[in-house]
Amino acid sequence: MGKILPMAPVEHPWATILVLLIAAFVFGGVPLSLAWLWAKLYSPAKPGIQKNATYECGLEAKGDAWVQLDVSYYLYAIVFLIFDVEAVFLLPFAAAFSGLSLAACLAMLVFLLLLVEGLIWACQKGVLTWR
Amino acid sequence: MDQDLKNELSKHGIFATTFEELYNWGRKNSVWPLTFGLACCAIEMIATTMARYDLARFGAEIFRPSPRQADLMIVSGTVTKKMAPQVVRLYNQMPEPKYVIAMGACAISGGPFRDGYNVLKGIDRFIPVDVHIPGCPPRPEALIHAFMALQEKISAQHLTGEARPRHLKQELPSEFPVPEFGEHGLEPAQNDEVFHNPLKVLQG
Repeated sequence: MGKILPMAPVEHPWATILVLLIAAFVFGGVPLSLAWLWAKLYSPAKPGIQKNATYECGLEAKGDAWVQLDVSYYLYAIVFLIFDVEAVFLLPFAAAFSGLSLAACLAMLVFLLLLVEGLIWACQKGVLTWR
Repeated sequence: MDQDLKNELSKHGIFATTFEELYNWGRKNSVWPLTFGLACCAIEMIATTMARYDLARFGAEIFRPSPRQADLMIVSGTVTKKMAPQVVRLYNQMPEPKYVIAMGACAISGGPFRDGYNVLKGIDRFIPVDVHIPGCPPRPEALIHAFMALQEKISAQHLTGEARPRHLKQELPSEFPVPEFGEHGLEPAQNDEVFHNPLKVLQG
């Protein structure tokens, strides 16, 4: 059999990754810390009430961010989504309408009726009336 | 540093500069304006940034959508009395050093709408303006000219000594009082520390 090769220094298979990982952190961290140091030393910081304000569109912030939204928005969004998806299916149906078999048309009609039924149910539950 | 000595050195291939000049050179070539247009002058401002006039050549193509990241406010258009408090507040929210270009007749003095009941007669009543450009609206070349004038102003600023600009004087404020939109226009009608009424100046 072949002769035994001299042993290379044992290197962990992940050692390269580790070196690259450290290099990546240094590469990102050094410019950031230099910028921070520069700003600490030289930037003419002049904080103020308006400058430190959260909102930055020229208007003053009003009220609380933790407001409760009406649940009706959620129901409206769901009803909208149903018919949004329906429109997506209706478009190819309309495009291929003249070449469709009776069975395909009936299947589509059932699909439409199911959704209309959902609309009637939502209407009866009073979802469509804004309170 | 002596200008003659500098010229002499440059003939021998030696480039000499000061820290201040280098610093100002960097500052003047990276002035980022605020994304902010008020009226028709804003269209000319947009044209200035586009390929034909290309404000990017002067390092100012990056219009920042937040006052926190902007150095320059181009007041481009008619400032109505309802808008003035917002303009001043945006100016206050910009970090130091900050500069203002009053673009067009309206931003300078109210322009053709000066006699209007709702028009502010010049933004320099509330915030310090560095460069005024006349015109209605000024052409993009005029805005570029104003920009170059601002660059000259920046590169001539001293970082130390008594003549240093406002933003390096720690005792001077960075925020200016925001006017209120009251029942009969803005209250106060002007900031007397910033605005010097030319009529009053003439009268002594």
